[in-house]
Amino acid sequence: MINIKKREELDIKIDKTVGKPFINDAKFSTRNVDVFYGEKQAIFDANIDIGKNQIIAMIGPSGCGKSTFLRCLNRMNDTIQDCHISGDIKLDDEDIYQRQQDPVLLRARVGMVFQKPNPFPKSIYDNVAYGAKLHGLAGSKIELDELVEKSLTRAGLFKEVKDSLHKPGTGLSGGQQQRLCIARTIAIDPEVILMDEPTSALDPIATAVIEELMISLSKKYTIAIVTHSMQQAARVSQRTAYFHLGYLVEVNDTNTVFTNPEHQLTENYITGRFG
Amino acid sequence: MINNTKKIKNQLAKRYAKEKRFKVYGLSAIAVSIAFLLSLLINISTTGFPAFQQTYINIEVDIDSKLLNLNDKYSEKALFRANYRKVINQSLKTLFPGVKGRKQKKALRQLVSKGARYQLRDFVMNNPSVIGTKQSLWFLARDDVDVFMKGGIDRSLPESDRRLKNFQLAWIDQLLAENSLEKRFNVNFFTQGDSREPEQAGIKGAMIGSLLTMLVTMLLSFPIGVSAAIYLEEFAPKNNRWVDIIEININNLAAVPSIVFGLLGLAVFIGFFGVPRSIPLIGGLVLTLMTLPTIIISSRAALKAVPPSIREAALGLGASRVQTTFHHVVPAAMPGILTGTIIGMAQALGETAPLLMIGMVAFIADVPQGVTDPSTVLPVQIYLWSDSPERAFTERTSAAIMVLLGFLTVMNLLAVIMRRKFEKKR
Repeated sequence: MINIKKREELDIKIDKTVGKPFINDAKFSTRNVDVFYGEKQAIFDANIDIGKNQIIAMIGPSGCGKSTFLRCLNRMNDTIQDCHISGDIKLDDEDIYQRQQDPVLLRARVGMVFQKPNPFPKSIYDNVAYGAKLHGLAGSKIELDELVEKSLTRAGLFKEVKDSLHKPGTGLSGGQQQRLCIARTIAIDPEVILMDEPTSALDPIATAVIEELMISLSKKYTIAIVTHSMQQAARVSQRTAYFHLGYLVEVNDTNTVFTNPEHQLTENYITGRFG
Repeated sequence: MINNTKKIKNQLAKRYAKEKRFKVYGLSAIAVSIAFLLSLLINISTTGFPAFQQTYINIEVDIDSKLLNLNDKYSEKALFRANYRKVINQSLKTLFPGVKGRKQKKALRQLVSKGARYQLRDFVMNNPSVIGTKQSLWFLARDDVDVFMKGGIDRSLPESDRRLKNFQLAWIDQLLAENSLEKRFNVNFFTQGDSREPEQAGIKGAMIGSLLTMLVTMLLSFPIGVSAAIYLEEFAPKNNRWVDIIEININNLAAVPSIVFGLLGLAVFIGFFGVPRSIPLIGGLVLTLMTLPTIIISSRAALKAVPPSIREAALGLGASRVQTTFHHVVPAAMPGILTGTIIGMAQALGETAPLLMIGMVAFIADVPQGVTDPSTVLPVQIYLWSDSPERAFTERTSAAIMVLLGFLTVMNLLAVIMRRKFEKKR
């Protein structure tokens, strides 16, 4: 059954990204981005703008390249041996893949939260303070203490952990760990936060807490989130991008994508015909 | 459904039996190894324990300046060179007046150790006022007497088959009757270097030699091995032909017989660089070559086991590769790295073969003071003693093995403690 459906899907042509991939006042803009893992091409000609102080959700079936695309935005793919990227990715009109771009500086501006909560095997305090120490953001111990408290408060975790700041971060629950990772990311005050399925390992209650957190963070930060949950995309994002087999099929306002999708593939996916 | 339940039920007994059988195999394997280990330990400790005691003979010595051949000169040099042997021999003669014949006189002199004269010399030089008086002193007994006292010579054997003849046994009986023969704790064994005379031979030289050699090995192999492992695992390009060649070579080196490293050390360090032989420095260099592959392989395995999510977390925060490695990956891998290092060091501590090639098998009586003093090490000392004909060396060989095992236990304990410490930190 599924196989037959897939074959039908493949017959639908993907020429050009439909919808409204380009906007004014873009934080990130990518043009003609191709990504290869060795011989295999994972992303085909992705063109999209990511708006400032917006949440953009990237959805699509497994293996469609949405995580790969996300990891291009802070050059995390550099660590993969035979990964090649061509095309332009601009952050504030600066090409992040140009020679002068320092990936360390880029990652301080573009933070990332991963699918599986991955706190360092250190205390909660040290987890949050690590980035600030790394980049020399806090001049004194008092400043650092303030920064840790502020970051944990903004991640909605401070009340729960204020008495156990020096206990290991790995001892927290999954949802708390993920909020700790978010606190760790916002402690260095990045401009963009990339989230790669941040709630896929969490229960619905923890998910709701993190979604609320995302919405409140989007006032200050630009957020790009990869998710498998279409409800989540609908709940938190202003714009939605749909990926399919490495192609960016459709980008539009979230409402439009979910109520009136332009492309047949998008419609098939959001109506649950496959995926 | 019911059919399936029946099928599964029928097989259950078989499956449980298999599990039980496997348990029995495992337990019996452990039991056999424990039995072997116990028999080894019991054998070694029963042979070795007597070595921790030593027989002493009480003799009243007449410290006469004439016998000492001092000629009324009491300078330090004269005291050092004085004839203490004569004083002791004279005292023995007074103790057993009836001794006649060359053979018996020689046997009488051999009741006490050759070291007795140095014992007397040290005593006199520390208290020159004793010259001209009679002193009752305890001297080291000769190894044959010592062996007899520990039950190593059977009185019921025919005289021709015994190390001690009838007249010697009579002397010993007389001394025993006078309470002049006593077994005491063998301090010499822990405070002296090697000697041709078993009663004077001690393990301190080999112990210090082993410590110094281990120190050199540790200081060289840990930093070199760990940094090589970190580079190969974290920084070297993957799928690179040169890296592959290096990796294959390291794996091969781990399997090379240790004596080959000895030959390599002989050719390169001694032959080419002119490092003196028989010293802890060269021993440490050769053992470093030998332990490096072990340390590199186990450190790489430990680094590989660090979950990639930690690396991603650090990189995602803007840490550089070096910072990611040293702030997060290496600390997480430290318990494994330390275990590998200690295994390598324990292997090096027990190694004999490569050291034979670089002259650490020489007879060295002095305790080494530094890494450039000639010395030997514990396993080589064991080898040397086990090769000696004197009966009294048998127990010393076992005692030395006990000391070596003690060292190994301490090292492994240290490894466990350090592991715990690093794991707690996480």
